[in-house]
Amino acid sequence: MMLEVAGLDAFYGQNQALYGVAFSLDDGHIRTLLGANGAGKTTILRAICGMVRVAGDISFDGKRISGWATEDVVRLGVAHVPEGRGTFLRLSVEENLQLGAMTRKAGRKIADDIERIYVNFPRLKERRTQQAGTLSGGEQQMLAVGRALMLRPRLLLLDEPSFGLAPLIVEELFAILRRINAETGVAMLIVEQNAALALELAEHAYLLETGRVVMDAPAAIVGADESIRRSYLGY
Amino acid sequence: MQLLLQEVMAGLATGAIYACMALAVVMIYQAIDHLNFAQGEMAMFSTFIAWQLMAWGQPYWVAFVASVILSFIGGVLIERVLFRPIHNAPVLSSLVAFIALFSILNSSAGYIWDYTIKTFPTPFGTKPLFGNGLIDAHEAGMIGVTLGLLGLLYLFFRGTRLGLAMRAAAANPVSARLVGIRVGWMTALGWGMAAAIGAVAGMLIAPVVFLEPNMMLGVLLYGFAGAVLGGLTSPGGAVLGGFAVGIIENLAGTFIPYVGRELKLTIALVLIVVVLMFRPSGLFGRSVVSRV
Repeated sequence: MMLEVAGLDAFYGQNQALYGVAFSLDDGHIRTLLGANGAGKTTILRAICGMVRVAGDISFDGKRISGWATEDVVRLGVAHVPEGRGTFLRLSVEENLQLGAMTRKAGRKIADDIERIYVNFPRLKERRTQQAGTLSGGEQQMLAVGRALMLRPRLLLLDEPSFGLAPLIVEELFAILRRINAETGVAMLIVEQNAALALELAEHAYLLETGRVVMDAPAAIVGADESIRRSYLGY
Repeated sequence: MQLLLQEVMAGLATGAIYACMALAVVMIYQAIDHLNFAQGEMAMFSTFIAWQLMAWGQPYWVAFVASVILSFIGGVLIERVLFRPIHNAPVLSSLVAFIALFSILNSSAGYIWDYTIKTFPTPFGTKPLFGNGLIDAHEAGMIGVTLGLLGLLYLFFRGTRLGLAMRAAAANPVSARLVGIRVGWMTALGWGMAAAIGAVAGMLIAPVVFLEPNMMLGVLLYGFAGAVLGGLTSPGGAVLGGFAVGIIENLAGTFIPYVGRELKLTIALVLIVVVLMFRPSGLFGRSVVSRV
């Protein structure tokens, strides 16, 4: 198992945000974390990346990484597209992409990868020299995903990739995510408010409520259960 | 006319030093969002190190390069030892640390090298550069070295991966960590570079103001004025601001009655207050807008 989380507690100062969360994710798979606002979805992604104080076990390739510094977790091949996208607004589009590959060795391969990102996201190529802050919301989300892929990650953490985007753009983005998963075999852990969409993309879902996992089931089953949909997912 | 031109040229020359100090101030401000009040004392200490090496018989350029390298290492160490442990502390803690650093450097320089005024050599000579005496060789050297330094920094920040990583770490530390950049080390590197730039400024101004532990007090104030005028978020703006302050200082001292030599330092303070009142982000800086 690539990512294995067990008995995970997380804290913001004195406030506990996660209680004994357990889940796992294997190479090449896509799983999703669902739940209402404040259920702890974002906190789980932050916990993996060492951005909040945690207790419990997080292991990556059998290595215990709980409590590691963010930059060390990233160096294992974990790319995180954070809430709010984390774009370097004053830097150019291309510089943002180069930053994604900052931990890799300099050289030809990075330039090749940037070209490959441009094939997936042609709009970024048109705007390569523009300041990232001048991009539209959809373009910035594409840039954030592109930047994360520049790491050549083994695990991609996506925090609400659909947030603030027009429905058409969201569909386009999710189609690209599916294609990238098929092409490169990168595993994805997706936090989403848009549960219908996430359940289409992911094969397995975890349902969270006030910091606890309350359901752990294949996406098809979660999506088909009407009472769960109504009470937790709101559609 | 001749007098005006002469004062402008002299202003450009001292402005070059203010520009260096402004640049050093901006480097650290970008990295940690605080003004380094000890920047001048760090530069003074670096100059004393060069002086000591020359007193031990080293040639000028050996002492110069050694002082720059030692200052770089010293800057990194100051960040690691003094400021890293308090980087999350409130503003006042940093302020106190800066003042502590200021007085530690000032009094240890006085203790080691005493307070008598020393001369410091110039590698450029003091002959007039052209026949008309508008600018002498050392003044031209100060301007040239400053512009060269600015050019090197530009190439470093625009053209290298490390420069890009430093810019990213300053602009958005959280995201920088998420792409694997060691933000703490980038901050230390910024301190090292600021200390090295300060060392250059100190060694260039020392032949003019003479070497003693309090030599950089006024210079740093003008450097602050330059940085505020150009914008604390803009290295290029800070350099222009430094040059501008040098010229304004000289012209005001010569042409405005009653200002004279004695009240020149007041001009720096007036400039800071006026800029902060009417354009707080400086001429070339960006105002920080944050979404809530």
